[in-house]
Amino acid sequence: MTDTTKTQPATRGLIPLPEAAARGLLLAGGIATAASAFLAWTWTSAFPGDLTINGYPGGLQWLTFTAGLLTTLFALALYGVRGLGWLLPARNNAPLALTALGGFGTTWFTVIAISNKLGGVVNLEPGGWIAAIASLLPVIGAFALHQQGVGEGSVKESIKAYLTKPDSIPAAQPLTPWLERAVITLVTILGLGVFTYGIDTEYGELFIGYLIVVAFSLWALNTAGLNDRFSRLVAHNRSFTLAMGFLAAIAFPFTQTDDHYANIGVNILIFGTVALGLNIVVGLAGLLDLGYVAFLGVGAYTAALVSGSEFSRFSGVQFPFWAAALTGAAASLIFGVLIGAPTLRLRGDYLAIVTLGFGEIFRIAVNNMDGDSGPDITNGPNGIPSIPDLNFFGFNLGQSHDIGGFTLGRFANYYLLMVLIMAIVVLVYTRAADSRIGRSWIAIREDETAATAMGINGFRVKLIAFALGASLAGLAGTVSAHVTYSVVPTPYQFAGSTPPNSAFLLAAVVLGGMGTVAGPILGAALLYLLPEKLVFLQDKSLLAFGIALILLMRFRPEGIIANRRQQLEFHETGQLAVPEQTTLTDEPATATKAGA
Amino acid sequence: MSTMTTPVLEARNVTMRFGGLTAVRSVDFTVNSGEIVGLIGPNGAGKTTFFNCLTGLYVPTEGTVSYKGTVLPPKPHLVTQAGIARTFQNIRLFANMTVLENVLVGRHTRTKEGLWSALLRGPGFKKAEKASEERAMELLEFIGLAHKRDHLARNLPYGEQRKLEIARAMASEPGLLLLDEPTAGMNPQETRATEELVFAIRDKGIAVLLIEHDMRFVFNLSDRVAVLVQGEKLVEGTSEVVQADERVIAAYLGEPFEGEPGEAEAAEVAAAEAEAAAPSTTSTKGEGQ
Repeated sequence: MTDTTKTQPATRGLIPLPEAAARGLLLAGGIATAASAFLAWTWTSAFPGDLTINGYPGGLQWLTFTAGLLTTLFALALYGVRGLGWLLPARNNAPLALTALGGFGTTWFTVIAISNKLGGVVNLEPGGWIAAIASLLPVIGAFALHQQGVGEGSVKESIKAYLTKPDSIPAAQPLTPWLERAVITLVTILGLGVFTYGIDTEYGELFIGYLIVVAFSLWALNTAGLNDRFSRLVAHNRSFTLAMGFLAAIAFPFTQTDDHYANIGVNILIFGTVALGLNIVVGLAGLLDLGYVAFLGVGAYTAALVSGSEFSRFSGVQFPFWAAALTGAAASLIFGVLIGAPTLRLRGDYLAIVTLGFGEIFRIAVNNMDGDSGPDITNGPNGIPSIPDLNFFGFNLGQSHDIGGFTLGRFANYYLLMVLIMAIVVLVYTRAADSRIGRSWIAIREDETAATAMGINGFRVKLIAFALGASLAGLAGTVSAHVTYSVVPTPYQFAGSTPPNSAFLLAAVVLGGMGTVAGPILGAALLYLLPEKLVFLQDKSLLAFGIALILLMRFRPEGIIANRRQQLEFHETGQLAVPEQTTLTDEPATATKAGA
Repeated sequence: MSTMTTPVLEARNVTMRFGGLTAVRSVDFTVNSGEIVGLIGPNGAGKTTFFNCLTGLYVPTEGTVSYKGTVLPPKPHLVTQAGIARTFQNIRLFANMTVLENVLVGRHTRTKEGLWSALLRGPGFKKAEKASEERAMELLEFIGLAHKRDHLARNLPYGEQRKLEIARAMASEPGLLLLDEPTAGMNPQETRATEELVFAIRDKGIAVLLIEHDMRFVFNLSDRVAVLVQGEKLVEGTSEVVQADERVIAAYLGEPFEGEPGEAEAAEVAAAEAEAAAPSTTSTKGEGQ
């Protein structure tokens, strides 16, 4: 599929049209799709986002506009317009087909949602019909492009030929160092923008449309080879990219006017931090831990007990935060060692079952330590409420502060604290992974017998992984206790419909990509946002996740962000690096989830 | 070199029972420094079980194994720490690690940097990492895989995987290297190259104990050969002694019929087979020409 269609007279399109007509359809359709966003699609503002205004897009129309614009850009690149060649280095059809499908998907989803919500297609203005037809044109155009491998097998194989990434992407011209950094900065800003838009989506329909567009666009960029090129830039500027990533993370609360979204942000960070800790245990050392959320609970309870809350067993005690954080991490570490020492002698499935049991033991024990059924420590099912807000040198995290014209609310303050904790955890993770101990974890995961024959004390090394993962989760738990005002036993269970729980944590790691830094964070963000945004799924969300996970494991078993090792498997040169940012990734998973 | 007689490995009275089955029965066995010793025997003779007893993967039911005079604890990582490294019959590389990383894992026992030093990244850590990498690269040069340092181990061709496994074992700076069927599945050229490699390893002052089915390979290489049959050590001696031993031939080819074709004839056949014995045994590769 790497060849351009011009040089291959034998190739043909799936839809029999002349090549010139197919290209024309693509360009015209892309422009028409983008333009149709400026029309009124419905007559009433009862549908959220107000799609009734001619001349200015609203809500979901922006997504159609974006998809149309991307299709147009790719189509222009296909025509060979100067200055756009970098968009399509391999001159392949896949990016066109994918962006066209993205525009088609989001537009038709909107039109169907309007008809569904308002009760019939009569509610569509002519603009809605025009948009639906306009978004169909580039899809027809894309699948009429001449493509090698079409017509040889079944229709399914032909479609697959259109969507496959070519084997080799021509190497990019080397950029000057400052230009490389400029590109990374730009991509980071873009990534922050896209991410912020997703968090700020106000209603479920908009979030689904957003997922469709983002998933297809990222998939398109990946098949165009831009993902690989960006990874290479990142590999040259590893620390710069990391710094930009954290700057972007810090910048997030300053872009928010509503503290509710900062609350979502801080919860994603807590969830992501814990997932990253679990990634050490599961992704690096290969130990399947199904009771990991207990360590988050240990950290949270410890912090609550020494927070000075009047409901705490030690109500007179109030540790400063640094001491509370260290105590929480240390308590989790001790629990990690206590649970790990007897269980880590087991392998595989047996370990999973035992950790599952220990996770439940924690929750049940905490539930019963109320003075009646057990010693009075945790206040039983009532938990420990009224945990006071943190105070750093007179800067009370519980109050709003004005900084440089921006108002930072309570959750924004905690968000920034959590960014700091996340930075520590990322540092710990990357440094531990790239060292003697990290190599021995991976060796244990690959082949425990061979690893011990190489002189690795398997039990000791696994215990270190377990304890380190536990203490990182405990650290995150200390912040989470303050963010949520109270700690209760219920969230620390194996499976539930909202994160964090052990099943969700594991899903975040596996979905995002085991053994990577960005993977679990992205997975955590997705798994937190989906139940948060798709309220209508509520009681079926677990079912939806199950389906999504099965689909993901079928089509992309390595997770959304592939590990460097899996990338090396396909590229013999060994030049590749871990994509650091969550901005350029291949995301078919989100597409399936949006549909589920 | 065979005149030196400092024992590196001494197995005394090693017995291994699995329930009612005795896989290895009171084997006494010694490898001296600078020696290449072969261990042969028909399939199921208990060679690999004996190997696993030596390397701590199995705890022998009876008997002791000592390395340079100290009795080894039956824990694989402590055995490696003491100075015995091994390879596996069916290659057990860390498939998803790079060639270099595989060798670096082999350095585990000779480096000390723990979690704290990895997290703090002091000058000591960087120095140790650099030294490890240099040592690993030396070994890769030695086996001729330096140019493939960043390839995944799983993507190497079979012969190179075998070599890499040897390099990984050598990274632990052993005094004794145990090779479990190093030429299994190799073509004649690769077998010859492995022969050279084993000699080169011995020239580095590392004693080698190898299990093999390729008789030509074993008898070419070994200073001494021990034959294990049904868990018991049958014969031990130089290649010539072992090749001439009737019991060995019987073990591989079966007992001659008692009396049937006549004693004299049987002896004649046995004598003829003694000369041809080596290349006509169980192994199917690299021989028969």
